[in-house]
Amino acid sequence: MDLLTPELGLFFWTLIAFLAVFFILRKFAWKPILETLGEREKGIADAVSAAERVKAEMSQLQAENEKIMAEAREESSRLMKEARETRDRIVNEAKDQAKTEANKILVDAQQQIQQQKMAALAEVKNEIGNLAVEVAEKILHTQLSAADAQNHFAEMLAQDIKLN
Amino acid sequence: MNFNKLIVVFSLVIMALGLAPKAHAAEEAAQAGEEKKGFNATEVIFGHIADSHEWHLFDLNGSPVAFPLPVVVYGANGLQVFSAGHFEEWHESEDGKLQISNSYNGMHLEKGMKEKLVADDGSSIYDLSLTKNVVSMIIGVILLLWVMTSAAKKYKAKGSMTAPSGMQNGLEAVIIFMRDEVARPNLGHKANKFMPLILTIFFFIWINNLLGLLPGGANFTGNIAVTCCLAIVSFIVMLFNSNKHFWSHLLNPPNVPFPINILLVIIELLSLLIKPIALMIRLFANMLAGHIVILSVISMIFIFGALNKFVGIGFVPVSLAFSVFMFMLELLVAAIQAFIFANLTAVFLGQAIEEGHGHENEIIA
Repeated sequence: MDLLTPELGLFFWTLIAFLAVFFILRKFAWKPILETLGEREKGIADAVSAAERVKAEMSQLQAENEKIMAEAREESSRLMKEARETRDRIVNEAKDQAKTEANKILVDAQQQIQQQKMAALAEVKNEIGNLAVEVAEKILHTQLSAADAQNHFAEMLAQDIKLN
Repeated sequence: MNFNKLIVVFSLVIMALGLAPKAHAAEEAAQAGEEKKGFNATEVIFGHIADSHEWHLFDLNGSPVAFPLPVVVYGANGLQVFSAGHFEEWHESEDGKLQISNSYNGMHLEKGMKEKLVADDGSSIYDLSLTKNVVSMIIGVILLLWVMTSAAKKYKAKGSMTAPSGMQNGLEAVIIFMRDEVARPNLGHKANKFMPLILTIFFFIWINNLLGLLPGGANFTGNIAVTCCLAIVSFIVMLFNSNKHFWSHLLNPPNVPFPINILLVIIELLSLLIKPIALMIRLFANMLAGHIVILSVISMIFIFGALNKFVGIGFVPVSLAFSVFMFMLELLVAAIQAFIFANLTAVFLGQAIEEGHGHENEIIA
């Protein structure tokens, strides 16, 4: 049982040494070490969360970029469509205008032709009338050169008047 | 702190106090050699595991190579400090069980299973000598302080966001392990408060366990005075930090009829006392057993050698293989026992500081 009875001296020195070690290490080792470890863990956690945040921001940014791109694409196609429409409209309008103009010119031309045709016809009629009068005058002139013929004719005229 | 200086001063003190004439050694050994034929394994083993007033390294040509250590004793004459080298002549007691030294300053050493300083007139004296175990512990403490403070310095110098390197790296792994696996699960949000104690217990025991494994080392942690001291420290810390909930649970278990209540309180009080005793016995027995087994395995060579020289030589490889295996095992045990001591301290502390929540239906804690 000798082994199981603690010696006072060893107990005493162990107690003193242990307590001394405890207080010295607490102040000079454990505290700074544990504090630094805590700081480092906090630092790492912060860094990780910052990285996560940046990642999230990046993906958000990317999404925004894509959205903007899509909008831009849509805008450009819309603009293109509008431009095409405008072009078509302008071309059509021009065509219509040209057509109406052409029609108007045609109508004018036809009217003028008609007018000239009428004028020509009238002139021709006048000419024909004059010619007929001239011919008749000549005929009459020749036929009425004799005196009886003149009388006869005067009679005939007088008869015409009477009949009228 | 400058540890080199400290070590120098320490060794000077030990030398000044301890070193004394050792001429007696040869004669003593020669006598012993005549008296004891053969090999007494029990004596060798117990000589190694017991504490001593000299640091015996080995025997050379039959004479022991040993440093006498300072004796510090408090008795009727006040505090006395002298070298254990003054106890130089030994004789056997009448019943043959003890080796008794010459008397010096009114006291002498008695060596049975243990070495005891006894006053010649039988008056009570307090032996506070710097024995082999104490010196071994002081070496351990110096090592511990040096290692830890230099690691701490490194932390301060490098800042928190630099990767640890070298010894600091190894220490950090252990410290974080102790924090995450021992302190936090048991102590919860109070873990930080008790981390210094748990770390000190762990490293103090570990480094002394390891020092004890060195050839010629002392059996410090395999000494019951040491484990007793450590167990008492952890018990006192536990008592001082125990809260109302702990005691109310212990002295007045809820949901229990009165007669059983009394029985339970007795059991609980016993279990409270058994906790530090278990701590004490566990470390003591484990380290002591390890030392005894290694020494026994080595002793086998000499036991067989005493029978027949060639048997002894033939047994060397077996014995060496066995002791190498045991050393490996003891290296593990050194760390495991330190861990268990620290862990159980944390567990007991955790029980003592536990806040009352969710345990109302638990009949026997």
